[in-house]
Amino acid sequence: MKNVKMKLIASRKIAENTYEWKLTDDYITQRARPGQFIYIAVPGFTLRRPISIADVDQENEQFTILFKVVGKGTEQMAHFPPGMTVDCLGPNGNGFPLEMEKMGRALLIGGGIGVPPLHYLAKELVQKGMDVTAVIGFQSKADVFYEGEFAELGETILVTDDGSYGKKGYVTDALPDPSDFDVYFSCGPRGMLKNVQHLLKDKTGYLSLEERMGCGVGACAACVIPTNTKAGHKKICHDGPVFSAKEVLL
Amino acid sequence: MTDLHVQLPGLDLKNPIMPASGCFGFGREYSRFYDLSLLGAVIMKAATGEVRPGNPTPRVAETEGGMLNAIGLQNPGVDQIISEEVPFLSRFDTEIIANVAGSTLEEYETVAGKFNAAPQVKALELNISCPNVKEGGVQFGTDPAMAKEVTKKVKAVSDKPVYVKLSPNVTDIVQIAKAVEEAGADGLTMINTLTGMQIHLPSKRPLIANQTGGLSGPAIKPIAIRMIYEVRRAVDLPIIGMGGIRTAEDVLEFLLAGADAVAVGTANFQNPLILPELIRDLPLVLEKYGFRSVTEATGKAVMN
Repeated sequence: MKNVKMKLIASRKIAENTYEWKLTDDYITQRARPGQFIYIAVPGFTLRRPISIADVDQENEQFTILFKVVGKGTEQMAHFPPGMTVDCLGPNGNGFPLEMEKMGRALLIGGGIGVPPLHYLAKELVQKGMDVTAVIGFQSKADVFYEGEFAELGETILVTDDGSYGKKGYVTDALPDPSDFDVYFSCGPRGMLKNVQHLLKDKTGYLSLEERMGCGVGACAACVIPTNTKAGHKKICHDGPVFSAKEVLL
Repeated sequence: MTDLHVQLPGLDLKNPIMPASGCFGFGREYSRFYDLSLLGAVIMKAATGEVRPGNPTPRVAETEGGMLNAIGLQNPGVDQIISEEVPFLSRFDTEIIANVAGSTLEEYETVAGKFNAAPQVKALELNISCPNVKEGGVQFGTDPAMAKEVTKKVKAVSDKPVYVKLSPNVTDIVQIAKAVEEAGADGLTMINTLTGMQIHLPSKRPLIANQTGGLSGPAIKPIAIRMIYEVRRAVDLPIIGMGGIRTAEDVLEFLLAGADAVAVGTANFQNPLILPELIRDLPLVLEKYGFRSVTEATGKAVMN
C-alpha cells in the first residue's frame, strides 16, 4: 500500500446514483487482490472514501471501481472529470482468500454496492478453474448493474427487493442449495451479511465488511468489528475488510 | 541553517513535530510509509491498566472542517504495550511518550508506574481529557481539584516528566493549567478534542454510536491557538500544542501562540506523509517569517 496520485480515465453513471470509474496506475494493478479497496481523497473533505476494486486490467494498467452517491463527498466524486488526478491510498486491506484447497464450486452473494468486489473475485476464481454462481440483489430495476458481466462468468441469479427486475425478494430468499458449493463469499449491507452468515453457518465462507473509517491503514481503531478470536476487536481496514464468516460477530 | 531542535523536560527533540496520541496507533502502520526516525517524538495511543475493547461502531463521523471520533480508548493494556509496542518504537531514533489513561486514580497510578519502569519511555502524557469514556478521562480534566489530585498521584510514582493533556471542554482552561502546575506537572499538551454531536437526518440518530464524539481537525484550530495563548501567559510550563494542524504555517502559528512543540492528529488520516512533509517545510516557513530556530518563534505573537 502507498499513496499514489493516479489519472481518472473514464467516469460513467452505470445505475441509479451509481458511478463506474476507470483509473490507471501500475502500482495498484500489479498488486490489487479481489476484496481490497482504495482510499480516495476528496478535495475539501477531512476523511477519504473507501471504495472496493471491481476489476483489474493488468495489461492496460487500468482498474475499475464502482461507488454510490450517498453524501456530499461521493456527490463531488460523481462530478470528477476524466483526466483529473485522483489522490488514493491503496491497495488497502487483505482481500478474499484465493489460495485454498477444495474450492471447486463457489457461491457469491452480493447486495447493492457490495456487488462490485465480487465481480473481480468471480473473474479471478473462474481463471483458477472454479465454478462460480452469483446471487446479486438490488433495491429496484434502476439500481441494477453488472448483470451481463456476472452472466459471462457463471450462473447468475438476480433479485430486486421490489420485484421490478429478476426475482422478487432478498438475496437470502434466492440462495441455491448450499450443499452444491464448497465455499461462499459475500459482500453487502450488514443486515444481509448477518442473514447470510446465519443461513450458511455450516459452510466455509468469507464476508467483506463496510464501516465508517478514519485512517484506513489500521492506526486509529475507528472501523472495528468484534470477533470470537483472541484478538477481540479486529480492524476492518487493516485485518479485513474480508473475514471468515466463523469469526466475526455481526 | 534553521534550527529545528527543541529541548523539553525529558525530551531531546530533533524537531518539534510528533503525532498526536490516538491518531497514530503505536507507529507500526505509518512506519510502512516513512522512517519514524524522522520524527521529533511519537506519542503512543492511550494505555489503560487492562485491555479495553472500546466503543461500539460507528466511531467516526466527518464534519465540516474536521471529524468526530469516539473510539473509547481501545487498547491492548499497558503490559502488552510495554512488551510489544515500546520495543518496536524503540528501534527508531525518536523520543517515545506514553499516554496514560484510566478510570480511577489507582489505574492512573498503576499505568504510570509501569511506564516509569520502561527505560525507552522518555515522558508520560497524562490523559485526563478523553471525552469518550463513561468513567475517568475527562472527569479528571474538567475539575481543577481532581486534575490536581491525579497529577500529584502520577508524579509520585513517576521519575519521568509528566505532561498533562488538557481538555478544552471547560469554561476556564487556565484554572486547570494552574492546578496541574501546582501539582508538579512538567509540561502541558493541549488541546484534546471538543465534545460534539452530529445527527443523521434519515435516521434522526447521532452518527456516532456513542452519541457524542470528540471534534478534531482544522475546525478546532482557532480554539487551540486561543487556549495556548491564554495558558502560556498564565503558567511557566512548556506546551506541546495540537488541534487541527495541517501545514507548516499552522505549526508556526502554534509556536507564536506559545507552543514549544506540536502534535498532529487528524491530518495523518488525509495524508499519511503529513509529518515528514511538515518537517521538510517548517524551516522554509520559519525563515520566511524571520526566525532562525523553532525556539526563537515560541511565544512571539504580538497582541493588538
